[in-house]
Amino acid sequence: MGTTMEKQPQTAPETVDPTVAAAEATVPMVKYTDVKKSFGDLEVLHGINLEMAAGEKIAIIGPSGSGKTTLGRMLMTLDHPTSGTIEVEGEHLWHMERKGKLVPANEKHLHMMRTKIGMVFQHFNLFPHMKVINNVTEAPVKVLGLSKEEAHDRAVEMLRKVGLEEKLDVYPAKLSGGQKQRVAIARALVMRPKVMVFDEVTSALDPELVGEVLEVIKEIADEGEMAMMLITHEMDFAREVADRVVFGADGLIVEQGPPEQIFENPQSERLQTFLRRIK
Amino acid sequence: MIWSWEYAWSVLPLLLDVIGTTLLATLFGFLIACTFGMVLAVLGRSRFRVIRWTVNGFIEFVRNTPLLVQLFFLFYALPLSLGISMSAFTTGVIGLGLHYSTYLAEVYRSGINGVEKGQWEAARALNFSKQRTWTRIILPQAIPPILPIMGNYLIVVFKETPLLAAITVMEMLSRAKNIVSRDWRPTEPYTLVGILFLVISLLLAALVSLLEYKMAQRQSK
Repeated sequence: MGTTMEKQPQTAPETVDPTVAAAEATVPMVKYTDVKKSFGDLEVLHGINLEMAAGEKIAIIGPSGSGKTTLGRMLMTLDHPTSGTIEVEGEHLWHMERKGKLVPANEKHLHMMRTKIGMVFQHFNLFPHMKVINNVTEAPVKVLGLSKEEAHDRAVEMLRKVGLEEKLDVYPAKLSGGQKQRVAIARALVMRPKVMVFDEVTSALDPELVGEVLEVIKEIADEGEMAMMLITHEMDFAREVADRVVFGADGLIVEQGPPEQIFENPQSERLQTFLRRIK
Repeated sequence: MIWSWEYAWSVLPLLLDVIGTTLLATLFGFLIACTFGMVLAVLGRSRFRVIRWTVNGFIEFVRNTPLLVQLFFLFYALPLSLGISMSAFTTGVIGLGLHYSTYLAEVYRSGINGVEKGQWEAARALNFSKQRTWTRIILPQAIPPILPIMGNYLIVVFKETPLLAAITVMEMLSRAKNIVSRDWRPTEPYTLVGILFLVISLLLAALVSLLEYKMAQRQSK
């Protein structure tokens, strides 16, 4: 469950109904309720209940095959939950209300919900036929409807943030893995999502390139505005960046808590075994 | 005397006179094949089973029946059965286009399947509409690798245009046949038709090679 609930700053406090503001402050940014996911006959998630507060950074750790990535992919609407619900800012992600009933969401609803969510992939998934700058400006222009100039300025700002402003006119094929991943981060950030999924973003990188990517993510995390779901095998990184660490195994959340508690004083035998094995 | 240069030179202008018909039939037929082939390739990925089945059924039917039979059907049977009547040239172009659209659909399909799954997912994560995903992300990656194969089909379509003679289109082979009927000298007209096809095919093949070269250069940038 969420441990940090950051209240968003109100620009015009005198116009805000206090009861509404209080209700908004307590609505989690993301809420999974009894979410199950099967691939064919194989159930990989057995009923996940998880909340993320606005601005909260959670690290999802666990052994391979524990369903960590599936959790993030369902939030990004890439995989459909078999049952259960996911809410983002109190609105159903995969469902919509019609005549008082929850029905499967249509593409329009999904499109609206996706504006709040971003994702950085393990294998970058940059568009190889576009230069770096076009990778980053394409969605703001075509999806958000920004002017080319506005999208360009925003993209340059993001590429500067990830340290790649000198690579605007380069094709992805000419970048190192770490640089590609930083472009992918800029591409996701430029859409200004409220929650961002980082799916094992260093797993496909050579060891010497991991640091530069993690450093960028730390800087973004320090800005504090965006909720982040960090699916990772980097335990030191999880400890340093996350407000809360969630340990999943065998399709269930086994244990969660502040990083110190999870890494220094694990309660469950499953987590103790996992931490022993990765040391 | 089997071959007369003088006679060959005298009939060459008559053949060149209709070369435009051959080239136009090739061009329009290929354009229809490219466009309709794309439609078939995209519909073939529909999430609706009935659409996929219909597309696959059409592809199988067209590919497994001779182009000549299809041309006869379109030209002779369609006006009587459905009251749809078109000029011989239009019928020929449509016949060529529909027939080769089924082959190009397979070419597109292989190109589209060659685009990594992650590209679809990135487009979805960035909230692109389906149309934008196709036009901005998938097709620009799917088409360049298949351009050489498409170029080869352009040559195949060109070489199939003599079949249009069967439905009275006055293209190079029809004109040669008329000349042979008139002069009873088959060697020069048919040889010249062969040479003209060879020259244009080689030019098209050179164009395809140039395209491949340019693409390889672009990819190495």
